[in-house]
Amino acid sequence: MQFLKAAIAAGLILATFTGTSLAQSKPSELKIGITTFLSGPASVFGVPAKAAAEMIAEDLNKKGGIGGVPVKLSFIDEGAGGEALVSNYRRVVQDEKVDATFASISSGSCTQLVPVAEDLKVMNFMWDCGAASILETKKYRYNFRTQANGTPEMLAVLLYLLKTKPDFKTIAVVNQDYAWGRESWEIFSTALKAMKPDVQVVAELFPKFGAPDYSTEISRLLALRPDVVLTTSWGGDLDTLVRQAGQRGLLQQSTFVLGIGESSIQRLGKDLPEGLIVGARGDHWFLHPEKKDDAAFKAFNEAFKAKTGAWPIYPVYHMAQAFKALQTAYDKAIKSNGGNWPTREQVVDATAGIEFATGFGRPITLRPEDNQGLEAQLVGVTKSVPGYDFKLLDNIMIFDPRMITNPAGVRSVEWLKTLKPDFVKMDVPTFKAP
Amino acid sequence: MNSTLAILAILDGISYAALVFLVSVGLSLIFGVLRVVNVAHGSLYAFGAYLAATFSLAIAPISPWLTYPALLAASIVIGVACGGFIERFLLRPLSGQEDVLQLLITFAAFMIMDNLQRLIWGVQPIFAAEPLRLLPNVAVFGVSYTSYQVILLPGVALATLLGLRYFLRRTLSGAVILAVTEDREASTAIGIDAKRVYFVTFVIGASLAALGGALASPTTSLVPGMGADMIVLSFAVAATAGLGQIEGTALTALMIGLTRAFVIYLQPEFEVLVPYLLMVLVLLMRPFGLFGAVQVRKI
Repeated sequence: MQFLKAAIAAGLILATFTGTSLAQSKPSELKIGITTFLSGPASVFGVPAKAAAEMIAEDLNKKGGIGGVPVKLSFIDEGAGGEALVSNYRRVVQDEKVDATFASISSGSCTQLVPVAEDLKVMNFMWDCGAASILETKKYRYNFRTQANGTPEMLAVLLYLLKTKPDFKTIAVVNQDYAWGRESWEIFSTALKAMKPDVQVVAELFPKFGAPDYSTEISRLLALRPDVVLTTSWGGDLDTLVRQAGQRGLLQQSTFVLGIGESSIQRLGKDLPEGLIVGARGDHWFLHPEKKDDAAFKAFNEAFKAKTGAWPIYPVYHMAQAFKALQTAYDKAIKSNGGNWPTREQVVDATAGIEFATGFGRPITLRPEDNQGLEAQLVGVTKSVPGYDFKLLDNIMIFDPRMITNPAGVRSVEWLKTLKPDFVKMDVPTFKAP
Repeated sequence: MNSTLAILAILDGISYAALVFLVSVGLSLIFGVLRVVNVAHGSLYAFGAYLAATFSLAIAPISPWLTYPALLAASIVIGVACGGFIERFLLRPLSGQEDVLQLLITFAAFMIMDNLQRLIWGVQPIFAAEPLRLLPNVAVFGVSYTSYQVILLPGVALATLLGLRYFLRRTLSGAVILAVTEDREASTAIGIDAKRVYFVTFVIGASLAALGGALASPTTSLVPGMGADMIVLSFAVAATAGLGQIEGTALTALMIGLTRAFVIYLQPEFEVLVPYLLMVLVLLMRPFGLFGAVQVRKI
């Protein structure tokens, strides 16, 4: 009998300790470190994204936070760049002991911080950077991309061009002279060569990043008269190019394709003519044809407009995706852990392969093989609509990410080379402007 | 390259050179007289652009033509307020100290102004194209140009060059500035107020930087960081010409503008390199710049 009592007591003690090791105590707050551009030209993306993060966190906390724990944000300015960015990132992870990070906007920043996150064993969501190569060259445990990469983004724009203007013979490119400008053109031109090899590239222009003047490039394009001009520039550079080209008639002479122009539409206002093809780095548009009547979507957009004075642009929606992915991962990990607060490793395990939906676009899946997000792509053409002092998107196509993303384990450029002209014939739903 | 394209390239080169000259000449003038490499020059350019855009956007609804005096007014306001402040309160207390201190203080001013700019005008690109839209386009061999860029900007640049030449060579004030530049001690001994000359020169140089920004504002998007880009280019032009050389700055700006334009037509991948490649080549052969003269050190 004595032995039985001792055995029961030992069993209870053991069970208590075992139970403790499986159930983390719930923290008082869930800390998130976010890198975003608060200075420099890319702050056109970074500042709205920060406003969105603050808005989302406030709303999330009002509803009880994630798993009942409020979130707390720390911001790091990507504009500092280089070693300063890495040092600040380490400080936030090691000193402030954040539970997860969202890094970054720039592909250069992602390339720097992804190995650091892996080294520090902190879960990191690449929330906006587009370089496909980051997740193609190495399999990471702690790094996930909660949106698409440059390959489906550029391929969608090209497919839209080929579907709507199939007879063009010549093309020119004017991209910013840095990693994104070069890489996006490599993706676009490789796919173009595979699907429509008869097209002639008449000019490849890469003006300096932040160039204030494109007069000479425009003169050259006016003289060359290409059927199509592609640019994947953004921010002030894109605004300047479009306005200078418009003033001199180039926008009317050639079909312009603005690879990631959605973020400039509101600023360009009436200077943006009708008929330009515009990509959105995902299915992002404040009048998303499948979501525009959704109450939560409308409420978010209107709240953002009230806070910042402008309708949301794609980095805002990308930020919302990172939050939703984190919330989904924690919910899944808590559930798998019997309702107890999960360890960091359990959250990382739960994140691989999740599907999440912000309600602001189609659902996104984090592909478990390489942690790459599969995100739909929205492309449209500019059109004047009464009641708006800027152009809206018309004839919108939304591309299925499973059709236009390279398979896991296959490098983007190698996959693009295998595409055939028939690839253009895929069925894609088309939506009219409101 | 056929003759038609060559003429187009020349027009593009002149237009670009005009703007580059307007900004660089202020930097060169300040160095020539005060011997100060003003790193805050880029911020003065940016402030001139932003204030001109603010004035233009405010006044255009009343009369679009008033945007032209608004550009000029913005340059003078920035030149006097910011330039005057920098010279009087930052540079003058360091007068006679090591040159590196003046460099550092203008760098600090640049950093502060860069943040102030973000604070005042935000981070979203601003565009105020009214002055450019008022003038018609002109067609050259079927290629459309804006009169603003191929006529007005080069015209203002030429007027500035001739005006500066006249001012420095034909007026008493100009002679006083040249005297202080030549020998500060001797000119002070004959009763010239060197401090006042420095102040006036710095304000003129700062106003020229702001004028460059103001004239650029109708053609380009105003964004954070625009000052930093311009200061690098201005240094390249001023150093290639020889610091303090007004006419040399004009010729160097033209040389860089034309070379850049031809490179974009022929080998566009070298566009970014052009000003710096020219600077390196020139400085290797003539360390004091294309138009600079060897100076005798006073013991």
